[in-house]
Amino acid sequence: MSLTVIPIGQLQDNDSLDLCIPLALCRVSAGFPSPADDHMEKDLNILRQLVPRPSTTFFVRASGDSMVNTGIYDGDLLIVDRSMEAQFGEVVVVSLNGEMTVKTLGKIKGEPYLIPQNKRYPPLPLRGHECHVWGVVTYNIKAQSSRVWH
Amino acid sequence: MALIGLSDANNFYVSCERSFNSALDGRPVGVLSNNDGCIIARSNELKPLVDMGAAVHLIPSHIRKKIVLLSSNYPLYGDMSRRVNALYRDNSAGVIEYSIDESFLDFDGFTRIQLEDHVQVLRQLVGRGTGIPISIGVSSSKVLAKVATKIAKKVPGSNGFMYLDPGATSTTRLLEQLAPSDLWGISGRLESRLRDVGISNALSLREACPRRIRKHFSVVLERLVHELRGTSCISVDEMEHPRKNIMTSRTFGRELTCPFAIREALRRHAFRGAEKLRRQGSCACAVVVSLGTNRHKPELPQYHPSLMLQLPEPTNDVRLISETVNRGFKQIFSSNYRYQRAGVMLTDLVASESKQNDLLDTEQDERRRERNDRLMGAVDSINTKFGRGSVLLGGASKQAGWQIRAAHLTPRYTTNWAEIPVAKT
Repeated sequence: MSLTVIPIGQLQDNDSLDLCIPLALCRVSAGFPSPADDHMEKDLNILRQLVPRPSTTFFVRASGDSMVNTGIYDGDLLIVDRSMEAQFGEVVVVSLNGEMTVKTLGKIKGEPYLIPQNKRYPPLPLRGHECHVWGVVTYNIKAQSSRVWH
Repeated sequence: MALIGLSDANNFYVSCERSFNSALDGRPVGVLSNNDGCIIARSNELKPLVDMGAAVHLIPSHIRKKIVLLSSNYPLYGDMSRRVNALYRDNSAGVIEYSIDESFLDFDGFTRIQLEDHVQVLRQLVGRGTGIPISIGVSSSKVLAKVATKIAKKVPGSNGFMYLDPGATSTTRLLEQLAPSDLWGISGRLESRLRDVGISNALSLREACPRRIRKHFSVVLERLVHELRGTSCISVDEMEHPRKNIMTSRTFGRELTCPFAIREALRRHAFRGAEKLRRQGSCACAVVVSLGTNRHKPELPQYHPSLMLQLPEPTNDVRLISETVNRGFKQIFSSNYRYQRAGVMLTDLVASESKQNDLLDTEQDERRRERNDRLMGAVDSINTKFGRGSVLLGGASKQAGWQIRAAHLTPRYTTNWAEIPVAKT
């Protein structure tokens, strides 16, 4: 199966937060482009999608491998929104004893725990430790090409 | 009665640092000026141990050992201030950024009950979203709002909020306890002149005859009397004796796109600001450069950048300030926009001679200030003739060596990709 690359638009060059690239309207699955692509209507602003609340969004670097089962690898860029109230099951950044940690917020037998996504690591109980949820990880970004910024 | 709120971030610089390092919570933390020379910000825990403006090398070692001192991280503070103000704008009307950590908010139309709820929502939003704790004081005038904020910050149990009813007896009793210099816009010098005519506290100032105040002092002080009575009549620009910062911001007559024209406007602001600094015998440690498109035309692309930069040293030298402003302008200017306003805020003011100004200025200090002015004038002309840096400000309390020292810098967590926080997975 070969991948056909179809240039579909030019990147706007400006200094603002907006990064608008016309994207193909259907998911490209290494097959045939859809005829519906001829009806693109407006530029898609990726930043507005990924960072809907810039004032409370921060970028954090992930270090380590305890979250690989959910696709977060060492060196990934995390988008963290501090305005979101963390829910159980979400990946969060926690400030634990002065250090930042990324884990899944969960419960074990009713007690809150920080749950890793790698069976080599144990869950950490939250009770009894000086900690608070710093923010919710909304996306993680991993560069696939070693030639691009990451 | 139209309500005005003043929102003030508690211990702003320290709070910014704590937002990214909770190990600093609850500890005595101070932030240092350029060259790590003196304290420009303190956490509550540090306040009983070290004075504001204290020279670092004079702090006794037994105290130095148990406190944390950090170099000023202006890129961080500027960015966090921008975020906090963006949250104000999303949730409030009439936001006026008075300083890097204080903004006036318009609470017109709120009932008393709605007001308290709304303020707590705002505190929650900002506290959770940025980690910065804020206190909000509300009244019907800016001067009273400022008093209210001071109480909101200091009095335990106020939960970060205070409303002052201008007509209430509790307000009367409160004003009786305040010295005139506790009020916005009144310097130590003005306070002693007031004392000379028998006005020794904020209450007696409120009760003074406005016409006589205008006659013996100034129109602005007369308006302050009305503000104390609950009538809002002073704009932020008109406030005299700014101790904390000097903000010069102007809306252009028409929208500008040309960078040279905007740079020229900023240069004029820098000039005016430096002049005010010299007149009040202060030097600034940092400057905030800001631009803005027209918010009232949301259909046009919007862009409101601001950048906080450290000055090479605490200064009122217009050339140093201009150069720094220009540097900041180059970083934030983008040609795709039609700008409506530009501003220069000179902040973290210290006394020109590296000493705290006496609260009660005497005639001697007036003469010293004049001499300082002439000295700066001479310095200016020597530097002009022989090149900038030929003559620099010096003093007994300054450390040897003019290299920029910042031994305790924290990362630029939000403005530099190489320095974003790292979280262990």
